[in-house]
Amino acid sequence: MKFADTLLFASDSLRGSPTRTLLMMLAMSIGVAAVVVLTALGEGARLYVINQFASLGSNLVIVLPGRTETAGIGPGMLSGQTPREISLDDAQALLRSRAIKRIAPLTVGSSNISRDALNREVVILGSTSELLEVRHMVMGVGKFLPAGDIHESASVCVLGKTIKQELFGNAQAVGQWVRLGDRRFRVVGVMSSQGESMGFNTDEIVIVPVASAHQLFNTSGLFRILVEAKNRDYIEQAKKDSEEIMFQRHSGEKDVTVITQDAVVATFDRILTALTMAVGGIAAISLAVAGVLIMNVMLIAVAQRVKEIGLLKALGAPGKQIRMLFFAEAALLSTIGSMAGLALGYAGSMVIAHLYPSLPVSPPWWAVLAACVTALGTGILFSVWPARRAARLDPVAALAGR
Amino acid sequence: MIELKNVCRTFTVGDQQVAALRDINLRLDASEYISIMGPSGSGKSTLLNLLGLLDRPSSGTYLLDDGNVTDLSDEQQAGVRRDKIGFVFQSFHLVPRLTAAQNVELPMILAGIPAEERRARVEVLMQNYGLATRADHRPDQLSGGQRQRVAIARATVMKPSVLLADEPTGNLDRTTGWEVLKLLEGLMEQGITLVVVTHDAEIGARAKRQIHMLDGRILSDESPAK
Repeated sequence: MKFADTLLFASDSLRGSPTRTLLMMLAMSIGVAAVVVLTALGEGARLYVINQFASLGSNLVIVLPGRTETAGIGPGMLSGQTPREISLDDAQALLRSRAIKRIAPLTVGSSNISRDALNREVVILGSTSELLEVRHMVMGVGKFLPAGDIHESASVCVLGKTIKQELFGNAQAVGQWVRLGDRRFRVVGVMSSQGESMGFNTDEIVIVPVASAHQLFNTSGLFRILVEAKNRDYIEQAKKDSEEIMFQRHSGEKDVTVITQDAVVATFDRILTALTMAVGGIAAISLAVAGVLIMNVMLIAVAQRVKEIGLLKALGAPGKQIRMLFFAEAALLSTIGSMAGLALGYAGSMVIAHLYPSLPVSPPWWAVLAACVTALGTGILFSVWPARRAARLDPVAALAGR
Repeated sequence: MIELKNVCRTFTVGDQQVAALRDINLRLDASEYISIMGPSGSGKSTLLNLLGLLDRPSSGTYLLDDGNVTDLSDEQQAGVRRDKIGFVFQSFHLVPRLTAAQNVELPMILAGIPAEERRARVEVLMQNYGLATRADHRPDQLSGGQRQRVAIARATVMKPSVLLADEPTGNLDRTTGWEVLKLLEGLMEQGITLVVVTHDAEIGARAKRQIHMLDGRILSDESPAK
């Protein structure tokens, strides 16, 4: 029997009982669609997180005060010491490394902001002009913090979009004065809206020079230093250099933690990929269920078509051929079912992407491939038993319908 | 040419051995017309199934066209059935979802004959059996006589050397039955050995050679001169 004829005969017999065929295809396609949609969601979440990190800046190394020990309690905590803080000079010293392109020191605090009668609490970010580049921020109106001596506490500030709206409405803000705590600052720029990024709503912050922030909060330590390496290849070097420089400046004590953003991203990447595979796997179970359904219905089909199988045997079809016919039916069912499932899954992903535009929903190719292969595999695997049963029927009994 | 030597067939029913055929010796020549008659339970259907390789003898030898087919594998036996044996059943056994033409084509599809040749052979047969206008009808749109003619066309499309008919007129009225029988008898001119199993003495009497069976034995085997 020719291959094309086998397929033709199988598709004929599938068309012979359309309801049964449609239901089996539905089961198959729901399974495939579930895999596609769920992995698309997982992959979307992964890409979302990675994009969030990328929007924080690229090739970043982050220096934070204190030593994070994997054992839980650091040595400082036992002796009752707080870790030595990172000073502005420490931050500037990092620029000695050839692997480091630029740095942006960060101080964070909150204060009152007021203009005339309007006032509210606001998160204040103290930094330098470099922050704009390092964090990939985008200006709306005006200029960012002016470049200059890191120790100079100029009375200028940059407002987040929401803050500007709340204080000034649609009026011009650049050039106007606002009061932060007990000091007056001149607004030099307004950020464009960048939405939420890693829990920080950049629209609701005010950025001032780091030295001014230190005066406002009466501190001298830095919350963080963002270090940008020259390029991807220098990230490790930048990390090592930062550790080395801080080690020397802190009199031979390793009291800072240096992490690379890559390491953080890689961790998130691994976690979320594992999560995606887990949901994909759960969805794949529904494919197995669809497979069992196919087996069930195929067994019924064999019982219903006993006479036809007997006839085929009398006409000279060996058991092998009859097995092939049932395999072909299962394969056709699975193929068409998974095609429909893919269409359904992609449509579902598009709907989700439409509802949550910030989530980059796209089914990963490996999941699509795995779904189709699993669908085909289960379809054929679960037809082995019915096909064998059909092939082993005794022709005399089968012809008599027994 | 068919030869059965000392063929027995026993079935196990419960814990009892039931002999359906006892020591059958039979020789059928090419172009012979044989009728096998006997009451139900006499073993005539079992004999037909054995001749058609649908069943295996418990002991004895079956020679078909001088080849021993007793111990062939299932697959080889299927090949022999396909190439040398045609079946006509009492209840037609047409595939309900296929058209008349597709039903006739079926054995050739199983044999892997190219589509053009299949179409040509189907067309000739449908013409010969007066089914040309019915080619695209499904079995449920055909009369009993037409269905049996489709079944005969299907049984002969592979040009078998033996045609086995089990009560071919059993589900037909008298007139249609005679027409179908004439069609079958006409096949002998093509060198086909025709074996008809029936319990209808009138139909059995038409065969040149008449075999009567009882209790799994051949009671009589005579060729009455006309």
